[in-house]
Amino acid sequence: MKEEEKGLSTIVKVVTRWIVGFILLFGIYIVIFGHLTPGGGFPGGVIIAGTFVLLTLSFGREVPLRKLNSTLASELDSFGALVFLLVGILGLYLATYFAQNFITTFPQQYFRPLSAGVIPICNLAIGLKVGASIFMVFIILAVTRVISVGEGKMKMLRKKTGRRRRK
Amino acid sequence: MEFILCFFLLMVGLYAVVTKRNLVKIIIGLAIMEYAINLFLILIGYRKDGIAPIMTSTMDRIEFLRKAVDPLPQALVVTSIVIGFGILALAVSIAIRIYERFGTFDINEIKKLKG
Amino acid sequence: MKLIPLMVAIPLGTAFFIPMVSRKNQRVPDLLGNLCTFALFLLSLCLIRFVPQVYFMGGWKPPFGITLVLDGLSSFMLILVNLVTFLITLYSISYMELYTSKLRYYSLLLLMLAGMNGVILTGDIFNLFVFLEIAVISAYALTGFGTEAEELEASFKYLVLGSVSSVFILLGIAFIYSLTGSLNLADISQKLAGGRLFQSPALWFAIILFLYGFGMKSAIMPFHPWLPDAHPSAPAPISAMLSGLLIKAAGVYPLLRIFYNMFGMGNLSQKFIPQILMVLGGISMAGGALLALIQTDIKRMFAYSSISHMGYIFLALSLGTPLGILGALFHIFSHAVSKSLLFLTSGSLEYVLHTRDIRKMGGIEERMPITAFSGNIGFLSLAGIPPLAGFWSKLFIILALVKAGRGGWAIFACGVSVLTLGYYLRMNRYVFFGKIKSAFRRVKEAPGTMLGAMLLLSLVVIFLGSFLIPPIRKVLLSPAVHILYSGQEYVKLVLGG
Repeated sequence: MKEEEKGLSTIVKVVTRWIVGFILLFGIYIVIFGHLTPGGGFPGGVIIAGTFVLLTLSFGREVPLRKLNSTLASELDSFGALVFLLVGILGLYLATYFAQNFITTFPQQYFRPLSAGVIPICNLAIGLKVGASIFMVFIILAVTRVISVGEGKMKMLRKKTGRRRRK
Repeated sequence: MEFILCFFLLMVGLYAVVTKRNLVKIIIGLAIMEYAINLFLILIGYRKDGIAPIMTSTMDRIEFLRKAVDPLPQALVVTSIVIGFGILALAVSIAIRIYERFGTFDINEIKKLKG
Repeated sequence: MKLIPLMVAIPLGTAFFIPMVSRKNQRVPDLLGNLCTFALFLLSLCLIRFVPQVYFMGGWKPPFGITLVLDGLSSFMLILVNLVTFLITLYSISYMELYTSKLRYYSLLLLMLAGMNGVILTGDIFNLFVFLEIAVISAYALTGFGTEAEELEASFKYLVLGSVSSVFILLGIAFIYSLTGSLNLADISQKLAGGRLFQSPALWFAIILFLYGFGMKSAIMPFHPWLPDAHPSAPAPISAMLSGLLIKAAGVYPLLRIFYNMFGMGNLSQKFIPQILMVLGGISMAGGALLALIQTDIKRMFAYSSISHMGYIFLALSLGTPLGILGALFHIFSHAVSKSLLFLTSGSLEYVLHTRDIRKMGGIEERMPITAFSGNIGFLSLAGIPPLAGFWSKLFIILALVKAGRGGWAIFACGVSVLTLGYYLRMNRYVFFGKIKSAFRRVKEAPGTMLGAMLLLSLVVIFLGSFLIPPIRKVLLSPAVHILYSGQEYVKLVLGG
């Protein structure tokens, strides 16, 4: 299969190459400024995962997996959730209650990115987790297929790419 | 008045879940019901001539409290959207696997369990 | 005091930790999962000392923040949930060899446990909804774990019906919020105490929505259709978890909290809600028992039996008297452990004989004596034979019915109990007694950990009657009954402290 035959047409590929970086940056912006402007962890994570979906649609099935393979995404997913829980448990021990704000030593300026205590860290963790999760869901639903190779055992394999052109 | 339209949307979703025979249409009906409930939750928090509950550094605090709409239902809706997303992802993946096993999406054919 | 949020944080953390560390070694999920549930069980026993206590998450006092409430009922349910889950994870070390991916199984199981612990502990109604969804979505995924055709169909059916009921619960929560402006259970109870809000039809609509939503989760007739398909199709330890714990912790328990602590049963009897609960309970008892008589699949029969016993619990709940509440709570505990034991027995039979059809089994007792012993203990307890646990709980329910002046219902309950004995005897005749079939003449007993878990659970069933001895009863059961019966205590506990 030649490179030009996977994915959508050339115009889409060129435009995607230009703007996918901006979309990723926008998603990260929404995650980081989550305590000041609308957004936060979950919408930002969805936008970050959306960049990978855009890459899959434009370039074919293999491209996003070259950039971020599924074991790494799964590790990032678990890591994000554990960071969030760690923040909560640190609140339990450094302050008196679970998930209480324990960062009181930063310069207390309102409306700047480094304010509001614990919340930016939580937003980053959730953004990471949600981005990785939705990416994994998309990959498993659209790229892999499960066949049974024996009794009761399943195996996941990549779907074969569509039509084969003979040259 | 808006609340009645929310209920109408909910009933449309319920109609889709109850009467349609295709699995994918049932999932879409479920999604419509979820969105109707989220809309209802946001509409509860409305205050007449209100502004969005986002504070910038130029605003006065008392004035802000008097005019802002209720932010609590908005937090509830963010959580509810995430939950709805999780349910839909699971439902779609189960539907794909059902198609691989039964070969059809028609619920009249998928009737192995009886009694 | 600092340990209360750990009941939710530990299973969540372990559920996300397991996929990170078990790429290479297949024994690690077993070890971590069992360690986690054992630690949670010990923690739930330690928490008895701290009752009653309120914990403010993040330091925000009610009604602004989310509270975790550890009162008598919470600690009672916590001990039940964590004990049964520990024994089930012990059982699934060997049983889940039949399925493919153990680490995903343990993650989902621990997520379900975290969700159930969260439902039991929380004092905030939307938080209840969120934890309920966590538990129930894990249950949808675990029901279809084997990914055979029937299991996927059952899982999809459970998913659609469960999600519709969740949507209606959320609508009820939206109504309550718009009427009272608060989400904290105690605060709502205080705002409703004047009685003025009970005139508005929106509140009664919300009550009916909760009845439908949580009734669907606890599988009362006519909201039961997902249960006879979902519980047989799940792997056996998950069937035990679903039938023993989820329909109670996510179905009956929220109903108890909302109807007794938040609304108050006295207020609800203005529009005949207790009568509705009684009729629903009665229909479930009779329907479940009658439909269980004709089943040939052993797990499907147990599923219909679960519906029948949930009917008992609803019947006892609807009375509103302290003896009725005691009967309902004790029946929740005894049914949970007995039904889990029965499902684990059926799993052991399935592991060894590879079938679930009782017409194909026969005379297993001589080849698998321990399985037969635990199966017999389980069904004797559910049929109400003294001195096992089920006898005491049914006795209390029938006594409560008589004392409340509902003699007719008491006779009805006795009749359904006879039916229960009937279908369990039928199962016993087909499966354990009789002549052994030639195909199974050489089977061996099930693996060690499965037998160990079943024997421990049998011991719990046998000694559960000791909960009624006054010293233990004062510690465990009486606070639970008290906090439900006098709704105002709950408000004073949360808002006064």
